[in-house]
Amino acid sequence: MLDSSFYTKTDEILSKYPAQERSLIPIIHEIQETYNYVPIELLPYIAKHIGITETKAYSVASFYERFSFEPKGKFIIRVCDGTACHVRQSLPVLERLRSELGLSDKKHTTDDMLFTVETVSCLGACSLAPALMVNEHVHPAMTPDKATELLKELREEASKS
Amino acid sequence: MTVAKITGHDELNVLRQNYEDEIKSEPVRILVCAGTGCQASGSLKIWEKMSELAKNTEVQIEFAPEIAHGKNHPAVHKSGCLGFCEQGPLVRIEPLGVLYTKVQPEDCEEIFETTVKNKEIVHRLLYKNKITGEECFNQDEIPFYKGQTRVVLKTCGTIDPESIEEAISAGAYQALAKALFTMSQEDVIKTVLDSKLRGRGGGGFVAGKKWQQVAAQPEKTRYVVCNGDEGDPGAFMDCSIMEGDPHRMIEGMIIAAYAVGAQEGYIYVRAEYPLAVKRLTLAIKQATERGLLGENILGSGFNFKLNINRGAGAFVCGEGSALTASIEGKRGMPRVKPPRTVEQGLFEKPTVLNNVETYANVPQIILSGADWYRSIGTPDSPGTKTFALTGAVRNTGLVEVPFGITPREIIFNIGGGIRDDKKFKAVQIGGPSGGCLTEAQLDEPLDFDSVKKLGVIVGSGGLVVMDENTCMVEVARFFMDFTHRESCGKCVPCREGTLRMLEILERIVAGQGEMEDIDKLRTLADLIIHTALCGLGKSAPLPVVSTLNSFLDEYEAHIKDKKCPAHVCQKLKQYVIDPEKCKSCSKCARGCPVQAIHGQPKMPYEIDQTKCIKCGACISACPFKAIYVA
Repeated sequence: MLDSSFYTKTDEILSKYPAQERSLIPIIHEIQETYNYVPIELLPYIAKHIGITETKAYSVASFYERFSFEPKGKFIIRVCDGTACHVRQSLPVLERLRSELGLSDKKHTTDDMLFTVETVSCLGACSLAPALMVNEHVHPAMTPDKATELLKELREEASKS
Repeated sequence: MTVAKITGHDELNVLRQNYEDEIKSEPVRILVCAGTGCQASGSLKIWEKMSELAKNTEVQIEFAPEIAHGKNHPAVHKSGCLGFCEQGPLVRIEPLGVLYTKVQPEDCEEIFETTVKNKEIVHRLLYKNKITGEECFNQDEIPFYKGQTRVVLKTCGTIDPESIEEAISAGAYQALAKALFTMSQEDVIKTVLDSKLRGRGGGGFVAGKKWQQVAAQPEKTRYVVCNGDEGDPGAFMDCSIMEGDPHRMIEGMIIAAYAVGAQEGYIYVRAEYPLAVKRLTLAIKQATERGLLGENILGSGFNFKLNINRGAGAFVCGEGSALTASIEGKRGMPRVKPPRTVEQGLFEKPTVLNNVETYANVPQIILSGADWYRSIGTPDSPGTKTFALTGAVRNTGLVEVPFGITPREIIFNIGGGIRDDKKFKAVQIGGPSGGCLTEAQLDEPLDFDSVKKLGVIVGSGGLVVMDENTCMVEVARFFMDFTHRESCGKCVPCREGTLRMLEILERIVAGQGEMEDIDKLRTLADLIIHTALCGLGKSAPLPVVSTLNSFLDEYEAHIKDKKCPAHVCQKLKQYVIDPEKCKSCSKCARGCPVQAIHGQPKMPYEIDQTKCIKCGACISACPFKAIYVA
């Protein structure tokens, strides 16, 4: 059961959009940006408000790769595995991140909720391959060692705030 | 501050003149590239540093007396993507026209002292021709730019994409005014039709025909939609246009809306492009405030509202019917056609759906005419095409070339050839829906119809260059893995067929393939191509078909000899101990996690290949560098 603050916040988000089916994806985007994931309990609430069935809301939220029902870490690291990054060795970068953080293709988020590591099809930074994105910031020309360095910096950043 | 709405062509012209004068009055204009690439390389820090330095610097107007109007601080702007991302962060200084590459924050003061104040060049920041070693002073001298023809990207990189004033000064919305006040809706459609502008998203369908069909529908509620869901891995052309010159694309959409009588439009952008979303949102706001969007556009009585929808990480949404479903708030899955999008598209209304680059071509076609447009490119593929040139090429980046150019010119002249002097193997074109061109095909003209005959498509414009170190079977596996993961699952041929093909390819790269797997791949490919529901499914097997046709020997090497000729496939690597160098210290055997290494004192150690998991631990453990990958 979510506490009432979730519903207050959701009401605030819902009020920005017309109560129609077409608002569903923008609303889920905002929920995800607020909480770093989509609390599944909110879907029936949103569905009722915009006049669609719960199943429909769930089917849409589960269809799109970007929406996650699992809480994500403070830093979401998206390693690009597009063609250009792939041929310029993006996998060793991914492997280094996973091994340093004890993650795998099954476990994406560290227990301290600091890091989530996932892959993405393309970040559009192909000329600086291999690239990765931390939240909304792109890091170019990565190597496994630079990935280790990056984790260190992010940890320092987290300990300051 | 509220800005007045522009209510006519004359007013737009006056504003344009004012803004032009304003820009000319800047004694020195410093443009810091702020595309995704250069920002990633740290260009925003340079912009901050430059802005700070500019505040404290007075420049004598003798720098460019003919155009200076008495302002004496240099102006620092962010610009759209200049395309030469590899050499970023890029800084251009006008009116000198010098282009500095790989600029770091600590270079800023020197640039100010030397170039801004004393009009001299910081030589170490100039691009050096990689073959002749000569310094290139400005863009025109750099081989990367020499071979290009910039129509769509004309002002991308020369204006600040966050400023509508700069866009207007460079001629934005002139074509809109021309269309609204001097052309009928039919005239606009006829011009676009005559220009033979073809869809840049991959299909190459004639844009004017779509417009004509939408305009002819009995239903009067119509939509104009822009496909900015650039999902092909290895492609970032649309991203650069949306980020670097958003007003050009928006203007193209308004003109389309006028031509077909649409009242509302949507731009569908990938969520992975936050900068594009930010700049488009700002551009729409600015255009609406100026009366270039919204009600009574430029005082003409025409209304058009534009919305932005963000994608949510589904490749299939690049397909037309999946994209409109996603805007409607549904799962992004393609549907059976007909009815086609022009008849029943978004919200089941007639819809013009074009790609970002297609719309960005429209303003210049309206301004300069269909004949001018057809003078560029080839008779059946007129105009230019932007490509994202990436992979094993020296100069990676965003390029725009006329159709009909050969891949060789792009890769070797503009791209500067293969990195580290390696040997060219193939260039992948058209992303997961395309295929590979080989050395023998490099001199064929690059246009919609010619490349189709070679079994590939122009696609959205990703060109990924591959050298001798690339394994083509692994590339085929990579694309199949991609399309399988991104399959929406609605139709069986795509959902199950791509999985079966992927399983076979995974076996082959692991050295467990059999020769009959090749026939199985071909049969499955044929089946999927002919029976999948949507264009993405139908083209999913193409990367495999194309590599089978051109690189069958590599498949055979994996299957028969259990070898990967490019030494890429992990499971086919053999770790070997050089008996000459081995000192029998046993460090490798102790480091091996699966006890695959055995030996006796004073005898060289050996690796049991049946047990070895190719983890490489022995290589790092060996103090004598006696272990290597065969």
